[in-house]
Amino acid sequence: MFSKKTLNTRKIFFQWEWMLVLIFILINIINSLISPYYLNAGNLLNATMTFMDKAFILLPMTFVIILGAIDISVGSIVALSAVIMAVLYNTGVPMPVAMAVCIAVGTLCGFINGILIVKFKELSAMIVTLSTMIIYRGIAYIILEDRAAGKFPAWYTFLGWGYVAGIPFSLIVFAGLAVIFGLVLHKTTFGRRVYAIGNNAVASRYSGIEVDKIKLIIFTVTGTMSAVAALFLSSRMGSVRPNVATGYEMEVIAAVVLGGVSSQGGKGRMIGAVLALFVIGFLRYGLGLINISSQVLLIIIGLLLVFAVLIPNVRSKLKIKVRR
Amino acid sequence: MRKIIAVIMSVLLVVSMLAACSQPTRQTGGGGAKKKYAIIVKSTGNPFNEKQIEGFREAIEELGGEVIAKAPDQPTAEAQIQMIEELIAQKVDAIAIAANDPDALQPALQKAMKQGIKVLSFDSAVNSQSRMVHVNQADAERIGRIQIQAIYEMIGGEGDIAILSATSQATNQNTWIEWMKEELKDPKYSKINLVKIAYGDDLRDKSVSETEALLKSFPNLKGIIAPTTVGIAAAAKVLTDKGLKGQVQLTGLGLPSEMAEYIKNGVCQWMYLWNPIDVGYLAGYTAHALVEGKITGKEGEKFEAGRLGEKEVIKVDDGTEIMLGDPFRFDINNIDEWKDVY
Repeated sequence: MFSKKTLNTRKIFFQWEWMLVLIFILINIINSLISPYYLNAGNLLNATMTFMDKAFILLPMTFVIILGAIDISVGSIVALSAVIMAVLYNTGVPMPVAMAVCIAVGTLCGFINGILIVKFKELSAMIVTLSTMIIYRGIAYIILEDRAAGKFPAWYTFLGWGYVAGIPFSLIVFAGLAVIFGLVLHKTTFGRRVYAIGNNAVASRYSGIEVDKIKLIIFTVTGTMSAVAALFLSSRMGSVRPNVATGYEMEVIAAVVLGGVSSQGGKGRMIGAVLALFVIGFLRYGLGLINISSQVLLIIIGLLLVFAVLIPNVRSKLKIKVRR
Repeated sequence: MRKIIAVIMSVLLVVSMLAACSQPTRQTGGGGAKKKYAIIVKSTGNPFNEKQIEGFREAIEELGGEVIAKAPDQPTAEAQIQMIEELIAQKVDAIAIAANDPDALQPALQKAMKQGIKVLSFDSAVNSQSRMVHVNQADAERIGRIQIQAIYEMIGGEGDIAILSATSQATNQNTWIEWMKEELKDPKYSKINLVKIAYGDDLRDKSVSETEALLKSFPNLKGIIAPTTVGIAAAAKVLTDKGLKGQVQLTGLGLPSEMAEYIKNGVCQWMYLWNPIDVGYLAGYTAHALVEGKITGKEGEKFEAGRLGEKEVIKVDDGTEIMLGDPFRFDINNIDEWKDVY
């Protein structure tokens, strides 16, 4: 029972990231069986482009959820920063300046979230970001009033549609950022403190961790990354409306939770969240290739999530049983 | 150990479920060398869209091709872009799309055209750089003007009116509304006051709440124009439930099957529509003509469109269109014969 071999199999079944790898492989096998167009490197790389905009938000969201908090205003931040950028560009501001403003707006939105959460401790992050979610999108609607803005310059299309050496540019940027976010989370003191706060914020405070400062930084970075997502999304769309990125917060949070990050905080790994993102993205793409109706697709992804939320509970019970 | 097996079994269960879901489509997909014609509509659960797909299917089946129909769960351009990507990967021969945004699909559709896929829009147009030709149901000017003329007659020539549209980016709705405003400039409408354009996003609940908001904010409201099938049915239900028949008039574009009840009870005296089945049918024949090289989308080209007879490509603004025909008036006298058709 305790030979090296059984220990390894146990590791595979008890570590969610390994389960995700298995699920990912299974989904790819099934997809290539059901569609002759699936197993094609070019197509698969293209498919990543369809979920890369959400991917940029996933990275900071992993930090937020490990903190034991949540940020549901990200979709609205995407909309607001994209709308301001598009309107500025249309009034004659040069595109690079408009892009810088986009990042600034996203960062400011995130900073406001952070300040409110840190200053008003009686309010949970859920309530604060629920309010700002409505406010940010409201402002986007006030600015653009149900219209579209944009028609960006041709070079801007590169962000969302361009390739470098045959690999989508957005995927390259994401891979780079994912490594940075992963290293910060797992290899730095900052990262260790994030886990500590997620496990016990009060104890962390007493042991000298600047809990408020860390929270503020993470929520601000979430805003910045939402604005980065806005850049890539608006490049893909070519024009922006106040209702872009509706429901993105749910899709991102779903991927993080499927990635094994505990919604209670303090547990989970960056690699899990990234894997889960690709699991959902490729599942959607594969089922899209066989033209499954979008309602059925929603049900399947919903089931996958329920499954993901149930499994850790089953596993923890299992662990106890196996130890006995 | 038994529990571990249980976990594996549950994974396999989900997997086999996924495989099972895909089974029926796989069988229809193995059609061999048939040409593949894709149609993307605005959203699921819209009966008008379903009729368009039906007409498209009818045309393509007559022509011996294979149909791929797609409908996003939300009426957004993001969802349609993803679907276009999936269709490019499947190497379809033609894509016919009813757009949720005229400009946002441009990069995706241009990519499709670069790969040799024939692209046309129908119902709701994409901009002229994103398509080869647009299949239009009727003259936008006539549709716009005729609805103002109708409400003018219904409310006796004076009072507040409002428009309940679909989404703010729906190209067709917006063009009609522009023509409505144009018609209102005529001095004979000087006593009519357009107080608000509301957007129900082609969602039933939102259309209902927008109608209720209109009634609350404008107590002197005399008439509502809803140039969308979802909107007019929602507005008719609200007016019926609140007992406002005769006080607030309603007209617009609606499906006979959904509106028969309200035309009979008098909440909506009459309304207009063309035949969505024919719109889809014409889109199907147009797609086929493009794929077979009979037309390229240039002004003056002609082709046979099955039971609709010969159609001609005409120039409109900076693009080209194929026109289906005039809007048709539905009232108490003819609603019974139409309500079972669509």
